[in-house]
Amino acid sequence: MIAIIDYRAGNLTSVARAVRRLGYECSVTDEHRKITGSDRVIFPGVGAAGKAMSDLKALGLDQVLRDVYASGKPILGICLGTQIIFEYSEEDDTPCLGILPGVVRRFPEPLIDPDTGTRLKVPHMGWNVVDWLQEHPVFAGIDQDASFYFVHSYYPAPSEEDLVVGRTPYGLPFASAVARDNLVAVQFHPEKSGRPGLNILSNFCKWDPDHA
Amino acid sequence: MLSKRIIPCLDVRDGRTTKGIKFKNNVDIGDPVAMARFYYEQGADELVFYDITASSDHRPIMIDVVRRTAEEIFIPFSVGGGIRTVEDMREVLLAGAEKISVNTAAVKNPRIITEGAKAFGKQCVVLGMDVKRVEKSAKIPSGYEIVIHGGRTYMGIDALWWAKEAENLGAGEICLNSIDADGTQEGYEMTLTKMISEAVNIPVIASGGAGKPEHLASVLKEAKADAALIASMTHYGTYTIKGIKEYLKDQGVCVRMKW
Repeated sequence: MIAIIDYRAGNLTSVARAVRRLGYECSVTDEHRKITGSDRVIFPGVGAAGKAMSDLKALGLDQVLRDVYASGKPILGICLGTQIIFEYSEEDDTPCLGILPGVVRRFPEPLIDPDTGTRLKVPHMGWNVVDWLQEHPVFAGIDQDASFYFVHSYYPAPSEEDLVVGRTPYGLPFASAVARDNLVAVQFHPEKSGRPGLNILSNFCKWDPDHA
Repeated sequence: MLSKRIIPCLDVRDGRTTKGIKFKNNVDIGDPVAMARFYYEQGADELVFYDITASSDHRPIMIDVVRRTAEEIFIPFSVGGGIRTVEDMREVLLAGAEKISVNTAAVKNPRIITEGAKAFGKQCVVLGMDVKRVEKSAKIPSGYEIVIHGGRTYMGIDALWWAKEAENLGAGEICLNSIDADGTQEGYEMTLTKMISEAVNIPVIASGGAGKPEHLASVLKEAKADAALIASMTHYGTYTIKGIKEYLKDQGVCVRMKW
């Protein structure tokens, strides 16, 4: 069973629908026992970092997530979930979970495309590519030129380069896919990214970090 | 690089799409869920449902369409038409839509934009604007006025002012529909689209007037739209999404080619 962490952050039903479509059982839940008893965990989220962290703490899920990471269970972060895994977010000046080293920054304004000199809009909304820098089982078989759906105004800035599996160019090349041990995290929405996104979810549902 | 989005728009009345569609494949052409699936598989970047159901009694039918669509397609889609309250928004989002769009309701009660953005995040709230060209005046300095009721009622609101105001209120995106161009298939309203797109820092979807791929190239390049809404071009089988995207790519427009 796959536990999808429910901390009242945005529309979690779309992640559950995609996972079920792939043929896996999942439960959208905030129950500690269900989460620690699951086979793997998806940590999604849409919204603001400040409220998300306060809701996680109120539900006691901040510690549950740290424990899940320490236990070796596969975890997938998505969008806001990915950002909260880092140490700190500039959004609402929020201390975050600190599972991965690094911070989350707001896109600078004005954000200028270095190639064309034109001003880019924030949020970064729509389909963009990922330059895959490392191989990883969760991203196996993904085309170099596949696009993914993004919606965000803040981006992860890991402090250790070896975490970065993929980067996406939007004014600057930000880390759009990161991984360490039993954890992978993406800034885009695999559940809204058509077939390439579903392939990533499917890979995650089968991933055994001990046999990487 | 961020791709420009091609977004088919489906008008739905009482749970059925209202325009006759000439898909050659064996799909139920009146079923919005089947059409959504068709467009998903053909490479649409996003979809828009516009609910033109007259009676609010029939609202559950649209919610059911949204729910069934969300089971079938894994790209974002938005729902507009008849959304008047934050509760209406919540119902549509929980059924599986990524975004909701407000038009008349926002003109009459601009606070709904802010309330929606606070409750669900700005990225969920699309402002739909219906716009008509008018004489420039002290009241309408841009020469473009907000209209409702399909263009029959002029609201005395300047379109350029309203776009900026909606951004300040918390809209995450603007779907800009030119009533003058709508249905002509002679091209998007370029002046209006460029004006609004340059004035706001949120994405602008151009709507109304698409008849051939050249129109999309112009509005996405020269008028700087972030996305282009299409309807009859592909509904009647004249063009395919893939064909349109191949043309755009040749014209130097960045589009998503793998799906």
